[in-house]
Amino acid sequence: MRKTSLIEKVRLFGRSGIDIVEVLGRSTIFLFHALLGRGGIGGGFGLLLKQLHSVGVMSLVIIVVSGVFIGMVLALQGFNILSSYGSEQAVGQMVALTLLRELGPVVTALLFAGRAGSALTAEIGNMKATEQLSSLEMIGVDPLKYIVAPRLWAGFISLPLLAMIFSVVGIWGGSWVAVDWLGVYDGSYWANMQNSVTFSGDVLNGIIKSIVFAFVVTWIAVFQGYDCEPTSEGISRATTKTVVYASLAVLGLDFILTALMFGDF
Amino acid sequence: MQNRTVEIGVGLFLLAGILALLLLALRVSGLSASPAADTYKLYAYFDNIAGLTVRAKVTMAGVTIGKVTAIDLDRDSFTGRVTLQLDKKVDNLPTDSTASILTAGLLGEKYIGISVGGEEALLKDGSTIHDTQSSLVLEDLIGKFLLNTVSKDAK
Repeated sequence: MRKTSLIEKVRLFGRSGIDIVEVLGRSTIFLFHALLGRGGIGGGFGLLLKQLHSVGVMSLVIIVVSGVFIGMVLALQGFNILSSYGSEQAVGQMVALTLLRELGPVVTALLFAGRAGSALTAEIGNMKATEQLSSLEMIGVDPLKYIVAPRLWAGFISLPLLAMIFSVVGIWGGSWVAVDWLGVYDGSYWANMQNSVTFSGDVLNGIIKSIVFAFVVTWIAVFQGYDCEPTSEGISRATTKTVVYASLAVLGLDFILTALMFGDF
Repeated sequence: MQNRTVEIGVGLFLLAGILALLLLALRVSGLSASPAADTYKLYAYFDNIAGLTVRAKVTMAGVTIGKVTAIDLDRDSFTGRVTLQLDKKVDNLPTDSTASILTAGLLGEKYIGISVGGEEALLKDGSTIHDTQSSLVLEDLIGKFLLNTVSKDAK
């Protein structure tokens, strides 16, 4: 009896391993079909535009507001620490590097997963539950092309743009606190920043990071919706999974990308 | 009409993204449009470069005229070889100019200061500054000071 239960455990372990590999394979095939399959985005530019609006433009408010506040907090904390070393003019450099290298891409991706990713999953999941996807297939319209591909592309385009807007707004918020409120000299705030930030090293690497995050977050969100159980419970589980998996993937990937980009100095 | 507002919104969003990239490039990273071609290289050998880093600035009379592009060890003389990239506009440095490693403030970053000599001949691309002054290492200074007091006491 004991022996069979041990074997049963091994069997379940193997089963979950197979499940994981299966999901990975399915999601990769799904991604390739949606991106490369038969003629790209269906419905041309119009559908993409609509998705850019709901994914990108509607996320602008949360991105801008959190960007301003994160930049302000960075400047405030940085000023307090740096002023004890008498080098508070380096606050601009600190705010800019922190935002460009880490916080800009990462926080934007996390917010994006919560704001846009969950909405994508719920929308597509609901389409699946109400059998809209299968009706589309029935009338000979490929849902991968008309539903999934525009959303994927909209995510890929929006997130890097949002991350850049986040960084700019954050640096502006930082200058607001540091220069206008705490009295750091305006010239040294920007000059220190320009001396230490390089376009190819910092700005470009941040953009590359956000492109990778855009890819991962949108992929997870859309796939979870497409693959969910077509019940209301299944949709809610898929939405939760989207946020959890996307956040974990962003944070894990961020470490790997940072190690690759900035690790060898 | 609904479609129109969507399109305007997306257009503004894309514009904001591009504007953000431009701001990051020009305002934050200080990327200038001038090509990097109008510079020339000089070498300087230092006994101790302690703390100098690549991208440190090179100044003359306090004005930044270039940057450090490479630091490596010269195998034969066991000195640190620093490659300086100077602005082509400053091409009238005499050959006996001095390069010294200085510190901005007490704990600030290291940079290279060049002071002019009096020779007629000028430094060209690829030539070496022979007159150099290494950076101050606090431990060495303290060591010398201690040695001085000890030898004074002995007398």
